[in-house]
Amino acid sequence: MERQAPRFLARQNFPLLLEQLVEHGYRLHGPQVRDGAIVYDTFHSVDQLPRGVQDQQQVGSYRLITSSNKRLFHWANGPQALKPLLQPAREVLWQAKRDANGALAFMVPESSIAKVAVIGVKACDMAALALQDQHFLQGEYEDPGYRARREGLFLVAVDCSYAADTCFCASTGDGPSAQTGFDLVLTELETGYLIAAGSDKGLSILPHLPLLDAQPQDLDIAQQQHADVVAMQSRALQPIPIGGLDRQRGHPQWQDIADRCLGCGNCTMVCPTCFCHHQKDELAIKGDESQHVREWDSCFGESHGELTGFQVRKTIKHRYQQWMIHKLDSWQEQYGRSGCTGCGRCMSWCPADIDFVKEANVLGGGSE
Amino acid sequence: MATKPTVAIHKFSSCDGCQLALLNMGEALVDLTGRVDIKHFAEAGVLDESAHVDIAFVEGSIVTKLDTQRIQQIRKNARYLITMGACATSGGIQALKNLAKHPASWPADIYPQPEFIDSLDRSEPIKAHVKVDFELWGCPINSRQISAAIGAMLEGVMPRDDREKLCIECKRQGHVCTLITQGEPCMGPVTRTGCGALCPEFGRACYGCYGESELPKNAVLARRFLGLGLLTDQVERRFQLIHPEPERTLGLGHGGQDD
Repeated sequence: MERQAPRFLARQNFPLLLEQLVEHGYRLHGPQVRDGAIVYDTFHSVDQLPRGVQDQQQVGSYRLITSSNKRLFHWANGPQALKPLLQPAREVLWQAKRDANGALAFMVPESSIAKVAVIGVKACDMAALALQDQHFLQGEYEDPGYRARREGLFLVAVDCSYAADTCFCASTGDGPSAQTGFDLVLTELETGYLIAAGSDKGLSILPHLPLLDAQPQDLDIAQQQHADVVAMQSRALQPIPIGGLDRQRGHPQWQDIADRCLGCGNCTMVCPTCFCHHQKDELAIKGDESQHVREWDSCFGESHGELTGFQVRKTIKHRYQQWMIHKLDSWQEQYGRSGCTGCGRCMSWCPADIDFVKEANVLGGGSE
Repeated sequence: MATKPTVAIHKFSSCDGCQLALLNMGEALVDLTGRVDIKHFAEAGVLDESAHVDIAFVEGSIVTKLDTQRIQQIRKNARYLITMGACATSGGIQALKNLAKHPASWPADIYPQPEFIDSLDRSEPIKAHVKVDFELWGCPINSRQISAAIGAMLEGVMPRDDREKLCIECKRQGHVCTLITQGEPCMGPVTRTGCGALCPEFGRACYGCYGESELPKNAVLARRFLGLGLLTDQVERRFQLIHPEPERTLGLGHGGQDD
């Protein structure tokens, strides 16, 4: 469903939206401040949301500042959003048990649908979710755990009213306003929220809220806010044609990056579209039980390039190529678009200060 | 009835903390003793140091002449030898003396009667003296590591040697990066996984007690620490704290390294 025309929810009535979602059986999950960052977690009250908090992000740095601003969503993003919720960092896929006669039994944990309402999903993360859906749900093999978690979600997106120095979603075409995939979408203004539905589930919530007609001046402000956030974005990722990076494997810039890169994998772990994982078996010491576990993996890790008996990507240069060429180039053939939605996390959370956009633009043949 | 595989726990120069990883296993220790026969484990009161065993676990570093003889005998008596902890795998904190220019003169500088001190000039890891089949890194190691190692060997395979960088596990755990949000000199990007990202869980920077990861870009991280405001001396101390290694190239003042 396309984004519907908005109505207006006054700021003091915002808690009623949360109450309605709880009423409809959802557990609330949303942004809050923890250990100096905005993280998404379970919450119960509007007071737990990051009121007046803003993130100051640069390549290799993330700091929060607080002001008397009443806004709850006047920040860009934190290290994670939806990914840990849908694709847990660690998940038991099945267990095996051996009985006294040596017979083996295999058990798959039940995938039960938990109803979770995520409040305050940014446009870059909505776009990333669409890519994750494509990978886990629309391929030849559907992931039943992902399916169950995904079906239980109620997504309340929020348009960005602020861009960090690392944001570049306007250039990837994914933001700063949410376009599709949400159940409800909010535009936060000084006095309240423009609110619109994007699904039948979202539509069914609206009649329970004390909504007013959106005033023309509010719509103007929303439009201006969008334009301001676009203008605030100082970086732009130049489009890369299919094969545009793959053909550049001999470019000296790769070694230059590898000399500066720690190979720590942080960029991949915070990337909202990275889905790589490995599987391993964990034995109980008793010897009669094991768990088959799936965990997030990174193309910067040793095990990612390990085939039987040899390592495919021995150097950090090869691993960096795997990360960037897959994300920006071969992803297009695989999924019909680049794997980057412009959130900028790979730069903010890089302990080696590597500017992904700048490097990609150099390698893609354009300017920085 | 088939006999159970036998195990011995030996101690050299160390704090005993790694042996606690066994004692702290709780219920799993009961399961373990159901599957293996522990022949020697002084800290648990089981004594037979010269027993021939299938697996000898060795804690501690080699610091005396007697140590050099004992470890040879332990190796001869064991089918597999597994080192546990920083001391046994890299020499431990006491290997700081390996960085000194004149360690032979230390006992006289410190003790009133140095003739009673029987100490080698260096603190050495077990692998400097005998063949080691597997290393459990950490200061101290934890129960998960030892369970995984014994569990794998009881199934007839060598344990998996995970040299992944700690950052990856830290992100799996959902901890917020201390380097990025606080400017803390976190060693995670060059440190071997295995602890479960324990320090970052409590908002502290990793100090590298699990030793070096694969492809450690020490010089790159050292430069970043300088950028965070640490002095050259502080950066060196950070890297040399638990696993002092004279060969660790930080490139501070004398060129780069790596890849």
